[in-house]
Amino acid sequence: MTATDLGMPGLAGVPTTDVAQNKKDFTSDQEVRWCPGCGDYAVLASVQGFLPELGLKRENIVFVSGIGCSSRFPYYMDTFGMHSIHGRAPAIATGLATSRPDLSVWVVTGDGDALSIGGNHLIHVLRRNVNMTILLFNNRIYGLTKGQYSPTSEQGKITKSTPMGSLDAPFNPVSLALGAEATFVARTIDSDRAHLTSVLRAAAAHRGTSLVEIYQNCNIFNDGAFEILKNRDTRDEVMIRLEHGEPVRFGANNEHGIRRNPATSGLEICSGDDPNVIVHDAQAADPSRAFALSRLADPGTLARTPIGIFRQVERPTYGDLVNEQVDQAVDNQGAGDLAALITGNDTWTVE
Amino acid sequence: MTAKQVRELDRVVIRFAGDSGDGMQLTGDRFTAETASFGNDLSTLPNFPAEIRAPAGTLPGVSSFQLHFADHDILTPGDAPDVLVAMNPAALKANLPDVPKGAILIVDTAEFTPRALKKVGYATSPLDDGSLNSYQVHALDLTGMTMTALEPFGLSRKEASRSKNMFALGLLSWMYGRSIDGTVRFLQSKFATKADIRDANITAVKAGWNYGETTEDFAVSYEVKPAPMPSGRYRNITGNLALSYGLVAAAKQSGMPLFLGSYPITPASDILHEISKHKRFGVRTFQAEDEIAGVGAALGASFGGSLGVTTTSGPGVALKSETVGLAVSLELPLIIVDVQRGGPSTGLPTKTEQADLLQAMYGRNGEAPVPIIAPASPADCFDAALEAARIAVTYRTPVFLLSDGYLANGSEPWAIPDVESLPTIEPDFATEKNHGSGDDAEFWPYIRDPQTLARAWAVPGTAGLEHRIGGLEKADGSGNISYDPTNHDYMVRTRQAKVDGIEVPDLEVDDPSGDARLLVLGWGSTYGPIGAAVRRARSAGHAVAQAHLRYLNPLPANTGDVLRRYERVLLPEMNLGQLAMLLRARYLVDVIGHNQVRGLPFKAEELAEVIMKEDDQL
Repeated sequence: MTATDLGMPGLAGVPTTDVAQNKKDFTSDQEVRWCPGCGDYAVLASVQGFLPELGLKRENIVFVSGIGCSSRFPYYMDTFGMHSIHGRAPAIATGLATSRPDLSVWVVTGDGDALSIGGNHLIHVLRRNVNMTILLFNNRIYGLTKGQYSPTSEQGKITKSTPMGSLDAPFNPVSLALGAEATFVARTIDSDRAHLTSVLRAAAAHRGTSLVEIYQNCNIFNDGAFEILKNRDTRDEVMIRLEHGEPVRFGANNEHGIRRNPATSGLEICSGDDPNVIVHDAQAADPSRAFALSRLADPGTLARTPIGIFRQVERPTYGDLVNEQVDQAVDNQGAGDLAALITGNDTWTVE
Repeated sequence: MTAKQVRELDRVVIRFAGDSGDGMQLTGDRFTAETASFGNDLSTLPNFPAEIRAPAGTLPGVSSFQLHFADHDILTPGDAPDVLVAMNPAALKANLPDVPKGAILIVDTAEFTPRALKKVGYATSPLDDGSLNSYQVHALDLTGMTMTALEPFGLSRKEASRSKNMFALGLLSWMYGRSIDGTVRFLQSKFATKADIRDANITAVKAGWNYGETTEDFAVSYEVKPAPMPSGRYRNITGNLALSYGLVAAAKQSGMPLFLGSYPITPASDILHEISKHKRFGVRTFQAEDEIAGVGAALGASFGGSLGVTTTSGPGVALKSETVGLAVSLELPLIIVDVQRGGPSTGLPTKTEQADLLQAMYGRNGEAPVPIIAPASPADCFDAALEAARIAVTYRTPVFLLSDGYLANGSEPWAIPDVESLPTIEPDFATEKNHGSGDDAEFWPYIRDPQTLARAWAVPGTAGLEHRIGGLEKADGSGNISYDPTNHDYMVRTRQAKVDGIEVPDLEVDDPSGDARLLVLGWGSTYGPIGAAVRRARSAGHAVAQAHLRYLNPLPANTGDVLRRYERVLLPEMNLGQLAMLLRARYLVDVIGHNQVRGLPFKAEELAEVIMKEDDQL
């Protein structure tokens, strides 16, 4: 049985095992050292709980991370792993995934790691569509350096480095990824295990770069940043759950909907029973609609925040194309002959 | 037709100079190929501006190619041209200061218009005002003759005149008895799909040859006999090409697929171009978004068991330094090729320098020792690449390969090695647990080979050997995160001891008389100029010893002994004394520096003067 047979093209070529696995098989012997109450624990538990479902050989799974609280993640996974340097995990994972198509490669990163110091690598890995899943833990704050504002912090944020309020406008990671030609973009929340797992499942199945933004609570430096999306009393009014093929509605009784405004071509809120409520198409070739959905959220209050899979389209992966060229070169010219290469066409002999 | 006189010479230095769009590099390359096939020993020095097409006819736009060929073995591209081919006033003006009186000047008169002369500050034409009286001047309308020869092809004036470099090549080929057959074959293949351009160029090169044969302008042609060389099959090769082949060979010899992650940068880009052509060897090349991603991807590929390589120049090394530090901590093989150029900052992109030694040695945070190897000549780049790979893989360490612009673009004949004789590189991947026994058995990535101190290296896909490594300090053995002070002290010292203990061959000294009191030491591309200068000094009666360091870190074990054996040690470097500082600090020997940072290799004659002066003082 291969991963392709499982309907998981993203994992094609990665060897599977028939031996049953459980969460413990993916739990390393290292003590987890995040702050008590950190949202990272929930994500770790979800990932460890989900991986057995894939049935992959553990030795063919690699977690690569950068620097930051979330980047300690690989130490806690009993797979191969590399805790690298700040912002560079996507670049390192590109070399690994391209040279080893038999590996399932995961990148764990944060909002500072991926969007600030590593912003360049993130957009380029998305544009190339290297086969890997990127878990972007977004807590809208710098945790490991103790509480400075991050590139996703809301404008005006008071932190140690911005006592009078931050001045820069935040990135919306989903919008950024869509603009960078990403083929799979999703958003989920640390505390919603069922939703997180469903997104992970789709991300792993996708062949190409899957970007999963995970809203994650930093209870020390930015506690409650996503409370409005988590609290039973408020979440239904502000959170839009995207389901492919379903109308885009929200509210406790789906009383709100999203429709296209013919005058502006943008999206707007309407009544849930409006006949023009749009149907979500994550597989649309044109990313404009997905982008428009990503812009609904208010960067300050998080009102109208969509979660779920924004975009999921097929495009050849960089690694597959690289390996195809290698195969093609061998097919066309034969396997390399070192003696012939170094000799070349223009030689002379001294007796 | 009268039979022309043939004069025999033992060596000649020719410099082709023109606008950067005039095709001087191609002309030089072709003359070199003809000369190599003829069997002369040779050495070349291309010299071109960083701008792709600097304004035509200006001094900054001049591009040149110097070739030294001889009937004996030679070490440098020559100090001063015996023949200067100048395609315009700018080329003449820029290069004349290097040309000794009595030398031959072949000048294309077509470009000597009042406007072109004024552009470079000539008030009167040097061809008419007597200022070139002490040279043998051949003022020829090369462009006009080329256009006349190409009339039947119906090309535009501009197109036809572009073949003037081939006319010049044909003429010079006649003068020095080189066959143009190879060039004709080359043009047939290069312009296979453009018949008119192909035929025009072939006609131009033949017209140039025939002109030499028939004209009264050239009463003499010259002969430089083939040089006696050890028997074998030879080719001409540049440093960048040899280095590329060395990397492909290293991948084969190690059984590890080559992964090259690079960002384009002068003068290293040609290595990326070359290796990209050889995908049939299982090579993967990755043109990254920046220097950091280039080395990052290479390190990621290394983690997966590929031979990870990144190629760059000094500014790129600065960007890569954090990743190199990570490789030091991860103890994974990685080859960083630094084709050095003039610095600091953007500096002199197309000119040579040796000023990245200390950057390679120390340019990282923390105690982060990295082995350094520096090839001595263009052909030596092949062996140096294999050596870099041997050290990287055997000792699980990043390695710096310090080439430079002079080696990269310069060329020399290379005795093609038998691939069967190339060394094998053994990655020795871990396949079994190495700590504890029975159910408690584990894989510990930082258990070391007692001999080499290399750590156990298990690649992903190896069942049961799953483990995590990272840039945080690791506990000796297990590799788990450790902040323990004693452990950190131990790990820092162990990483240093591993690099210090790398086996490198002893430093060899060339001291034929055994009476030398002065040792001339060098490293990297100064090997040729120093060797030529030492020969001159010896012919002038000086007993001088020469030694050349190919390994800069660790230094050969006998380095201190060698330095102390001589009353004086002279160290020419194309920097302000970087190796001299290292040697003085390490061995407390009063090494005397001779330093130049002109973007050009040392001239043998000048260096010989320096050597003889030092020797005279002893």
